[in-house]
Amino acid sequence: MGHIKLTNVAKSFGSVDVLHDINLEIADSEFVVFVGPSGCGKSTLLRMIAGLERPTSGELAIDGKVVNTVPAADRGLAMVFQSYALYPHMSVRQNLAFGLENTKMPKAEIAERIGEAARMLEIEPYLQRRPGQLSGGQRQRVAIGRAIVRRPVAFLLDEPLSNLDAELRGSTRAELAALHARLSATMIYVTHDQVEAMTLADRIVVLRAGRIEQIGTPLELYNSPANRFVAGFIGSPHMNFLEGTVESVQSSKAVVALTGGHRLEVPANGASIAKGARVTLGVRPQHISIGGDTHGIPAKIKLVEALGSETVLHTDVAGQKVLVVAPGQYDLMPGADIRLSLSTAPLHVFNEKGLRLGHTV
Amino acid sequence: MKADVSGKTSLGLGEIIMLPVRFAMGLIDTPLRWLQRMTGIGGMATFFLLPNMLIFGIFVLLPFFINFAYSMTGGTALFLPDRNFVGMGQYSRLFDCSNYLDPNSCAEDTFWTAVGNTGWFVVLQVTLMIGFSLVTALILNRDLTARSFWRAMFFFPVLLSPVVVGLIWKWILQRQGLLNFGLYGFGFEPYAWLNDRNWSFAATVGVSIWAHMGFYTLILLAGLQAIPKDLYEAAEMDGTRPTRAFLRITLPLLAPNLLVVIVLVLIRAVQIFDEVYVLTGGGPGTSTLYLTQYIYETGFAAQLRNPGLAAAASILMGVVLVVLTLLQLGLSRSSEKNGGRK
Amino acid sequence: MSRVAQFLFRRKGGKGWHWTDIVTWVWLVGGLFIMFGPAVWLVGSSFKSPAALAEFPPTILPYVTQKVTVEGFDKPLDLYEVTLPDGSKGKLAEVRRIGVVGQMINPSNPGKVIKVNISQRTPVRAMSFASGNYTEPFTHFDFVRYLWNSVFVTVVATLITLVVNSMAAFALSKYEFRGRTIAMLLILATLMVPLSVIMVPLYSIVSALGLFNNLWGVILPTVATPTGVFILRQYMLTIPDELVDAARMDKASEWQIYWRIILPLTAPALAVLAIFSVVWRWNDFLWPLIVLSRKELYTLQVGLSIYSGELNVQWHFILAMTVVTMIPVVLVFIFLQRFITTGIAGTGLK
Repeated sequence: MGHIKLTNVAKSFGSVDVLHDINLEIADSEFVVFVGPSGCGKSTLLRMIAGLERPTSGELAIDGKVVNTVPAADRGLAMVFQSYALYPHMSVRQNLAFGLENTKMPKAEIAERIGEAARMLEIEPYLQRRPGQLSGGQRQRVAIGRAIVRRPVAFLLDEPLSNLDAELRGSTRAELAALHARLSATMIYVTHDQVEAMTLADRIVVLRAGRIEQIGTPLELYNSPANRFVAGFIGSPHMNFLEGTVESVQSSKAVVALTGGHRLEVPANGASIAKGARVTLGVRPQHISIGGDTHGIPAKIKLVEALGSETVLHTDVAGQKVLVVAPGQYDLMPGADIRLSLSTAPLHVFNEKGLRLGHTV
Repeated sequence: MKADVSGKTSLGLGEIIMLPVRFAMGLIDTPLRWLQRMTGIGGMATFFLLPNMLIFGIFVLLPFFINFAYSMTGGTALFLPDRNFVGMGQYSRLFDCSNYLDPNSCAEDTFWTAVGNTGWFVVLQVTLMIGFSLVTALILNRDLTARSFWRAMFFFPVLLSPVVVGLIWKWILQRQGLLNFGLYGFGFEPYAWLNDRNWSFAATVGVSIWAHMGFYTLILLAGLQAIPKDLYEAAEMDGTRPTRAFLRITLPLLAPNLLVVIVLVLIRAVQIFDEVYVLTGGGPGTSTLYLTQYIYETGFAAQLRNPGLAAAASILMGVVLVVLTLLQLGLSRSSEKNGGRK
Repeated sequence: MSRVAQFLFRRKGGKGWHWTDIVTWVWLVGGLFIMFGPAVWLVGSSFKSPAALAEFPPTILPYVTQKVTVEGFDKPLDLYEVTLPDGSKGKLAEVRRIGVVGQMINPSNPGKVIKVNISQRTPVRAMSFASGNYTEPFTHFDFVRYLWNSVFVTVVATLITLVVNSMAAFALSKYEFRGRTIAMLLILATLMVPLSVIMVPLYSIVSALGLFNNLWGVILPTVATPTGVFILRQYMLTIPDELVDAARMDKASEWQIYWRIILPLTAPALAVLAIFSVVWRWNDFLWPLIVLSRKELYTLQVGLSIYSGELNVQWHFILAMTVVTMIPVVLVFIFLQRFITTGIAGTGLK
């Protein structure tokens, strides 16, 4: 139940290729998040699984059965839309019942399922109301309820939280995670928000320009991003990138000269690094420490954001922007010169093509 | 208008209409699901489009094309296969004139009389119609008490049927009518206005303006109301005089609507028939005989009817209308580009 | 009264009168007479007897000369207010008139004939509504038939228009298919092909289909209105496509999506089209005039125009029938004018 497999799936609208050669296997009761910037094809991929779009080529199978030509209605899936897409002219109860009535289900069973879902989602008081009389959060619950009553093989959720305000988004996110644990159904979730992806997913699929960049658990993506794009996309604030040239390579480490002249030792496990190659060093803002150490990288402070528990420094390192998130409070002023230490930081080295060196996972 | 998908308004009307239909619709659903299974969603699109396209094809497209064939045949027979081919004969008959400046010198002199009458009618009616509806719209756009009443008042005749409009005015303009009654009070003798060539022509112009003015007033008023009020306030701050504000703000910003209205009035003026037919019947003589009536009488009502000739005349009229419609499309498109307002 | 005047003529901001204010009020008050006057005059006239209609100068209200039935006379006699040579006044009935002298009798004492100069007598008149103008056409003419034909054409054509146009609008707004643009352009191009351009071939097609002298011949050519498809399509475009997707996920068939999701949500636009369609079809004239040649099939408009074109026009009946023909449209105007005027301003279509 709820096993979905995509093999060499591609999609184009006219002459525009939206998705290229997608290979993906989603296990039963897994929570998979498609994440990527807008226009990366993640929604199209979801709609294709739903049956609302047809793949141009490749094969799409649900529970071992190829469903390329099976209409959306017969795939046994349910979808929660970004706008919720509740039928405005029907009451909440009718909204929930509509899909069940279409399967000619007995009335008693429909009532029972609606009751169950309404209890679970705490929407019982609104069953007679129209969607227009509900708040955004309530509508969102009804949209989820409409999917739940169908008891689908898999839930497809298309940016379901993007229309909620920040506070509600946080709490609903937690509820969704609980719901998944309770229903133990396959869920495919599309978002452009990496925080949602990190907090909800069993596995994340990062997409860019119609291609899968990396598939992995949230921490895999965080700790060992496959390439510069994934490294930049996952984690908040974004990873810092510093340009440099490899000066020398030893057995386990290499020396990289940053633009501006500062030299850094980086771990180099493997022979994929060559002397003279241009590389990019990636370091997360949280991993940089501020030190008076004269070995540190000289930087000039541009802006100080004191958040209380931590301090965010916008600095300039030889013309490159570097963000530092340091715990605690600092008495620093814009314009001051400081030194940044990377000695304890996990460093990621990306080659000219943006691939991470020594990426093994 | 936009669909209200917030669901805030109750859609009781829709539900009530749906109730009795629901059962029938449910019955149709089963075979249609079957159809959908066979043809897919694309096939259903065709299914939804088909009835409209069928009716449209039979009653609009088909006649449009065979009209050309009709215009190249002669005789009185109705159906195309029974008619004899005459090539451009009907057209050359229409254009058979010894002096192109004198309708009476033409073989088909009533056609040219109708063309001339229609031409004069269009020029006069369009000018006056635009003038009256623009003034009315400007007045209705003022800060008026009970504006919606006044607006409705000018709109009232628009809904009346042309036959009713014709009869109302025929009754007023006749010898014992209201107009003569009013003039009698000033010492004038009763006069049969509709038996006078010039007055009956004037009456057709006036009555058609009376009947349709409210519609164009409404479009112009919508255009006026779309002009942001702060423009006038800014102009007032700059010390602009009202006449200058009208010429430099109102007219340029109303220009897109005005152009559309002018072309709409033109197109409909060329086709004028119904109310005139009831009011004057084209008379006295041929003084109010317009093109559509010529086509109607040549094709249907005349003793020796000539569908081929009527078709040829209608095609000439169609050419004029196509030119005017394309003009409207071009104008509204360029005004959308320039003004960006809708 | 002065309060009303104050209310009507008050000026916002308390500014003084400007010449444009005077033009405005002259225009509006003049408009009041010109726009409503003719219809009011028609309604007033429709209650007059044929004799009153033939009078000049006409009276504003319907008056009739009073008549009395006098013993010994078959027909009722006209009653006059007479000043007798001896200066006394009385009401006498006129038996006949010879030159300037009328032979009159006293209705209560019919034996004696009194000769009176006609300058000494004025007819006794009383206000009277000639309701016969309204009731007689129902029996004398096929007026009920015309009414029924008009109602039938209007209702059936409107229903078909709503169904057929909304189906087409649904296809053109919610489906992607090849030829969609062409179909849309074709429909819009119809605006360039008015009836007056295609009436000859259309007549032959309707005849070939056996629909000449048939109300369906009036109905069918009118129902695929480009305006209707256009209004409904524009409205349906504002319904989010996600609703259609959601319904598909909910196992709704395309037909169900059409009638359970799209149609209810399009109700406001359908209502506008329904009103327009009713007014259009009720007012149609030229096409019914061409297709219907048998009296019992005439619609009200055709019937009215035929009767008013006869040599011996019976104006008292024509006027009353015109009033009846006006009634539905006036009702639409009174109850729905705000709806229509905003609808036209919103869509820019008639």
